Amino acid sequence: MSDTATENRPGDRERVQLHSAVIRFAGDSGDGMQLTGDRFTTQSALAGNDLATLPDFPAEIRAPAGTLAGVSSFQLHFSDKDIHTPGDAPDVLVAMNPAALMKHHEALKPGGTLILNTDAFTERNLQKAGYEDDPREDGSLTDFQVHEVPITDLTVRALEGHIERGELNKKEAERCKNMLALGLVSWMFSRSVDETEEWLRSKFRSKPEIADANVEALRAGWNYGETTEAFVFHYEVKAAKLPPGRYRNITGNQAVAYGLIAASVRSKLPLFYGSYPITPASDILHELAKQKNFGVQTFQAEDEIAAIGSVIGASFGGSLSVTASSGPGIALKTEAMGLAVATELPMIIVNVMRGGPSTGLPTKTEQSDLFQVLHGRNGEAPIPVVAAESPADGFDAAIEAARIALTYRTPVVLLSDGYLANSAEPWLLPDVDGLPDLTQVFEFTTESNSDNGFQPYLRDPETLARPWALPGTPGLEHRIGGLEKDDGSGHISYDPVNHHAMTQVRHDRVHRIADDLAPLAVDDPSGQADVLVVGWGSTSGPIRAACEQLREKGRDVARVHLRHLSPLPNDLDDLLRSYETVVCPENNMGQLSILLRARTLVDIKGYHRVTGQPFASDELADVIEQHGFGEQA
Amino acid sequence: MTTNEGNLTKKDFTSDREVRWCPGCGDYAILATVQSLLPEVGARPESTVFVSGIGCSSRFPYYMDTYGIHSIHGRAPAVATGLAISRPDLDVWVVTGDGDGLSIGGNHLMHALRRNVNLKILLFNNEIYGLTKGQYSPTSPLGSTHKSTPLGSLDRPINPVSLALGVEATYVARSIDTDRKHLSEVLRGAYEHRGSAFVEIYQNCNIFNDGAFAAVKDKGQKEHNQIRLTDGEPITFGPDNERAVVAESDGSMSIVPTEEAGDRVVVHDPARDEPTTAFALSRLALNPTGPTPIGIFRDVDRPVYDELVREQIDQARSDQGEGDLGSLLEGGNVWDVV
Repeated sequence: MSDTATENRPGDRERVQLHSAVIRFAGDSGDGMQLTGDRFTTQSALAGNDLATLPDFPAEIRAPAGTLAGVSSFQLHFSDKDIHTPGDAPDVLVAMNPAALMKHHEALKPGGTLILNTDAFTERNLQKAGYEDDPREDGSLTDFQVHEVPITDLTVRALEGHIERGELNKKEAERCKNMLALGLVSWMFSRSVDETEEWLRSKFRSKPEIADANVEALRAGWNYGETTEAFVFHYEVKAAKLPPGRYRNITGNQAVAYGLIAASVRSKLPLFYGSYPITPASDILHELAKQKNFGVQTFQAEDEIAAIGSVIGASFGGSLSVTASSGPGIALKTEAMGLAVATELPMIIVNVMRGGPSTGLPTKTEQSDLFQVLHGRNGEAPIPVVAAESPADGFDAAIEAARIALTYRTPVVLLSDGYLANSAEPWLLPDVDGLPDLTQVFEFTTESNSDNGFQPYLRDPETLARPWALPGTPGLEHRIGGLEKDDGSGHISYDPVNHHAMTQVRHDRVHRIADDLAPLAVDDPSGQADVLVVGWGSTSGPIRAACEQLREKGRDVARVHLRHLSPLPNDLDDLLRSYETVVCPENNMGQLSILLRARTLVDIKGYHRVTGQPFASDELADVIEQHGFGEQA
Repeated sequence: MTTNEGNLTKKDFTSDREVRWCPGCGDYAILATVQSLLPEVGARPESTVFVSGIGCSSRFPYYMDTYGIHSIHGRAPAVATGLAISRPDLDVWVVTGDGDGLSIGGNHLMHALRRNVNLKILLFNNEIYGLTKGQYSPTSPLGSTHKSTPLGSLDRPINPVSLALGVEATYVARSIDTDRKHLSEVLRGAYEHRGSAFVEIYQNCNIFNDGAFAAVKDKGQKEHNQIRLTDGEPITFGPDNERAVVAESDGSMSIVPTEEAGDRVVVHDPARDEPTTAFALSRLALNPTGPTPIGIFRDVDRPVYDELVREQIDQARSDQGEGDLGSLLEGGNVWDVV
């Protein structure tokens, strides 16, 4: 927590002004920690803070209660300044049971605030968490300001009336303990709980007694903070000075879904979304399935292959067609992605990357599918690749993917990852009329394009896109498929010269995309930097925060972040060559670094770590310092 | 279904591509039947799409002067599903084989059928892998010896009609490549059926599996072995209708001399909602080496997938109003920064 001032108000505990704080809620998967974090996020957003979140949950839906495997957590960084990451070490940790404490106490900042639900510290739970002695008594927590709060008991007592009236049993009452914790933390950070109260009433509209119980637990938590002397301070993080406009919170998956709808609206093409459930991409399907009044057709296919198969069919029929998955599902789609390349049909394939290989770490984040989407197909099968760099950026990235797909008649991969998918940040809402007009980038072919009958592979000389002639159009009947085509007529061709020419044209068509990209935006405030940090995807936030830290120390550091991974921008080569040192941190074993070295022969300094978690900004500041300035921070 | 206002002919559905199946292949007869049938039933080339997978039969779309996709192995039903959902105005046909449709693509076939997607699926069954030169297929009889099974196949074969009925396909039929009249009838029924229509066509591969269907195709045998299913008629067969299909008390069916059948003889009713009777009929022949039913096993009306998809969209529009992008983005909690 970064202090600014202390002010005393009559009848008020000391209220400490902070610039920013990082809080982590941790408990059993059944304790409702994700919901608690979501609510606190909304409350902070409505208070005008800038924020970033990091949900972290096990792949098991309900791992055995009280075990380390079952711990679920939600971290929130909120600030009165512009921030880019969910924060490194938390200032406040709420641990709902010993397992949560065991798993997370090492992350807590020295001197940080630790709120423990003492009711859960039974011998059995301590054992399950792997404690030999009670950490509350063995001196292991002396670094922290520990608040032992009987959260479960306080909740049950607050709801005694409900229990007596038979509206709830004790177990149901206990389930409201996350709301008590939320109330307490809300008091600690001077957050209004009014909105959460409204939200609870609307969520449990059909069960008013459950709504009442949750609201009472929430208020009891707040009052506990207000009336007990246990908490000497409470804190306030004022509104951030964000650019003016209307804001909302948005997660990466939501932003991608909205971006796809926007692309459909702006291209006047119906959106067809075929996908198969997979973590962490399924929320895109859930979101789109709710938006059928936009004419969205969602199709939950029998498998990943059928999902992309249906998308190829819908694209042939003239829809804006999209499928999404994560690495293992993309692996299954590989052959069909090759067919999409051969048939030159526009579509978007979203890969929300997770830890690999194989099933890997379904709920954790990683950037290790870059090579998969660039190269993971038989034959020379180039596909353009774009990546989102923040949760809200999924919106713009999806529109850009649609622009490329429609302009060049090609499948496009849109990369996101587990961190972006589930994290939230405030989003300055765009002016919808100012979004790209995608009706201008394509047209359906309605007339024959040659005296020898319709030529489905006769290309636009500029974009090399082939005509998009829809079934239903008289006179343009044609057949496409996975066999090599004669350039122009589209007939099957085994001609050696034609095969080379077609391979070249598929390559060139993707590379021409680079010709209409905006120049790279280099962030170099002093203009004096000799060190450039290059990144892509979700490392944007930590890289930016690390660079800002270094600049505060007087280090000149520049950074550039790549939206387009294929084709790479035309001005990238000269840019990389113009710095003495280029550092490239990635949540993989150096995939972009390898590409950049191969392309530019610049000696890129990679930094590779795959922990399933996003980089911490301190960690990257150290790396940049080491490579760029020859020393440890 | 589209209507044929002009006077189209077979020529209008025939592409300029040279047909490249082996001379004598059963595919030629099927192609000719389809090309002749489409103008008759009123189809239009521009509104017709043939989607195929991989295999000899999957070359079919290239020979039709319609729209077409020659896709990848086993995936034709999936590709066709996306097209049929998003374009209900089209006639979408799937051409597949026993390897493509029942082995590598068995999953997609099953799901397209149970969803009742508006597809006409033609499965050319030759009980062999032809394009890869002669390995056994999922419909090859147990013990059959081919290149990959010199000591005999160990796999129990799939009966394609049983499979389709098992997933409650709404139109299920079987015919024979060279029986032009019968095949036309069955395909006409498929064309007129809205929803998934599945037609198994016995197709002779004269190179790798010649004579696999001799029992139901060849003169002298077919008269004894074809059990022709006719709506509303008692199921009897043989040169003098001397044999009859009767229902047993355990739900199965068997073949008895007609004179012994009495009122136990089964009267064919493809419109029966329950697929159980049709399924029992399909079990009369596991492979067509003896008496084998051909014709329409099942033809029932069920809600069609694309109609249901559109109903949900219409409902959402009438409940929530036409989607508005600005309102969508502003949904949930918003706040203003000045």
